Amino acid sequence: MSVQFLSGNEAVAHGVRLSRPRVVAAYPITPQTVVVERLAEMVEDGDLAAEFVHVESEHSALALVMGSAAMGVRTFTATSSQGLLYMAECLYYTAGGRWPIVMMNANRALALPWNIYGDQSDSLALISSGWIQSYAETAQEALDLVIQSYAIAEDLRVRTPVLVNLDGFVLTHTYEPVDVPEQEQVDAFLPSPDFPVGYPGTFNQENPQSLAITAGPGDYTVFKFKQHQDMVAAAGPIREVDERFIQHFGRGVAGLTEGYQLDDAELVIVTLGSIAGTVRTVVDELRTEGVKAGLLRLRYLRPFPTAEVLAGLFGPQRSAKVAAIGILEKDISFGHQGTVSLEVKAALYEAATQGALPPAINFVAGLGGQEIGLADIRRFFTALAEAAQGQQKPLVQFLGMEHAQ
Amino acid sequence: MSISIKTLPNPEHFVGHKACGGCGGSLIVRWVLKVLGEKTHVVIPAGCMSAVGFIYPQMALGVNAIISPFAATGAVLSGIAAVVRAKGLTDVPVVGFAGDGATADIGLQSLSGALDRREKIIYICYDNEAYMNTGIQKSGATPWGVRTTTSPRGFRPELDAPKKDLLRIAAAHGIPYAATASVGYANDLLKKIEKAGQVDGPSFLHIFAPCPTGWGCEADATVQLGKSVVDTGLWPLLEWESRQLTINRQPKKFAPLEEYLAGQGRYRNITEDEIAALEAVRDRNWRELRAWNIHSSVNPDFG
Repeated sequence: MSVQFLSGNEAVAHGVRLSRPRVVAAYPITPQTVVVERLAEMVEDGDLAAEFVHVESEHSALALVMGSAAMGVRTFTATSSQGLLYMAECLYYTAGGRWPIVMMNANRALALPWNIYGDQSDSLALISSGWIQSYAETAQEALDLVIQSYAIAEDLRVRTPVLVNLDGFVLTHTYEPVDVPEQEQVDAFLPSPDFPVGYPGTFNQENPQSLAITAGPGDYTVFKFKQHQDMVAAAGPIREVDERFIQHFGRGVAGLTEGYQLDDAELVIVTLGSIAGTVRTVVDELRTEGVKAGLLRLRYLRPFPTAEVLAGLFGPQRSAKVAAIGILEKDISFGHQGTVSLEVKAALYEAATQGALPPAINFVAGLGGQEIGLADIRRFFTALAEAAQGQQKPLVQFLGMEHAQ
Repeated sequence: MSISIKTLPNPEHFVGHKACGGCGGSLIVRWVLKVLGEKTHVVIPAGCMSAVGFIYPQMALGVNAIISPFAATGAVLSGIAAVVRAKGLTDVPVVGFAGDGATADIGLQSLSGALDRREKIIYICYDNEAYMNTGIQKSGATPWGVRTTTSPRGFRPELDAPKKDLLRIAAAHGIPYAATASVGYANDLLKKIEKAGQVDGPSFLHIFAPCPTGWGCEADATVQLGKSVVDTGLWPLLEWESRQLTINRQPKKFAPLEEYLAGQGRYRNITEDEIAALEAVRDRNWRELRAWNIHSSVNPDFG
């Protein structure tokens, strides 16, 4: 293992190199480009024995690696924003076909207005596409998630593609020291990049297969039900992979969520991605001031970790006294609230039978690269404290638009 | 022994499908797979051939096959070809069967990418001149004057020759082999398939494929229409190989257009004046083809 000073994008490229995909196809879009530039260099330098295919669109990028996955090999592609939406059809398609593709998405705002900076509205728009979705907090976690994603996606119980999300620029372009494992370590962790003969959803030379088939109204439901069941159950293999990763590499997080100072927390911010680091800093500050603040970070949004979220907020025995919950996300589902807020609140309903639920405020912040500072997060916690004391608060608050709300 | 309808291998690789009687597209799939054999990997986009061949649990293809997203035939072919290359597999033909809409319209970008990358693929456009699977809507390959459900009185744009010239589009990519063919001239078609299978790089075949359901013709008219479209000069049989154009069949005198148009409901509204205009366009097309042919023979580098 060697420590290198890498950006999030470069960390992803190293994670991919170490995972030895046989085919990489990608179309450039800011802020994803560095990933594919590094991979192209790695292929040209002979550090990665993959076919690097220059495609003419994101739609073709994902369709192409689907064809390669059907041939029974490990694949990779990466995209962002408009590109992710352009390939949207292929996301549902590859998930329905159960190909274990891994894709990196640089979370970026969607036009209009045009904006190349980070927010999470791209991947959240496709939360129902059937892909497992993870969100990295750091470059280190991004590298680790790539390796873990192949282990998860290719698990016969899962056979579901994985989208690894990194906040555009804030994470993709920020440098930090990253432990880069040795190739032998990763080889010992992952199965062969050539799937075994007979792996479901792959062509077979002895016993030809028809793939990506048509199913009528009765059979269609059966396929979709199995897809849903396996996605729900994927939480198990995800935890197993996390634990195996920690044992194997000596670092990492076990679970689909990560809690910080939750044991006695009264004011909790639930969030995802790189902003969790800033929230953690504010939690530390508030703790020195006697405020019982906490953080619950969602590492995975699909499968949605309902039980983990409830255990994180209310304790394993549902005994914790959470007074107010904030859901901080870089997204708005127009006409309602942020997508993550909707997800978290759906999970909270499962806890409603335990008694009255605390107020929950959706903080919509960081849209189109808007900076979220320590002071902003302190204000979010203040709003939560006031809500906990019974003050009426807008349930959806846009950072920077307080005067208009 | 060169391939012909008499020497075509017996094994069937496309049986039990639900294509309509007289379907030109399904005939092409059947013939192509007989020529290319059991190791062929097939990509078929959303459309008639995928709709009739992959209905769970009845799979009609006896070779490895996959339905691609409508726009992505070229890309999925490329993904398969990339692994064939990576693994050093030999004798694995990678062939796509896409309709005219999937080729000339929604899939043109993906086809262009695959041809540009020189993927070792065989791309076959079976052209029935409209979106048949969705119910006979006009495509970028629908000829002038044809009735479709989205051109109910007959498609009459100001352009005199609206049908996209797929052979020239493919040839413009500088690929090693592109050809037109028709189900009415089986031996010519089969030889071209065989040749495409031997090309090191992409090959493109644009094949005339009558659709009795969409054209309002008899189910047993498919082969006859496939002959008369060539004999009338509306569908020249061409090969573009090593940057040189060959006209495979040069009728001394074109058969009257009425021979082809009669018996097709889709041309029911066409007038005599319009037929004369179509003949004039045909004659111009042939002058251009002959000029291309002579020019490319003299100076293949600038073909």
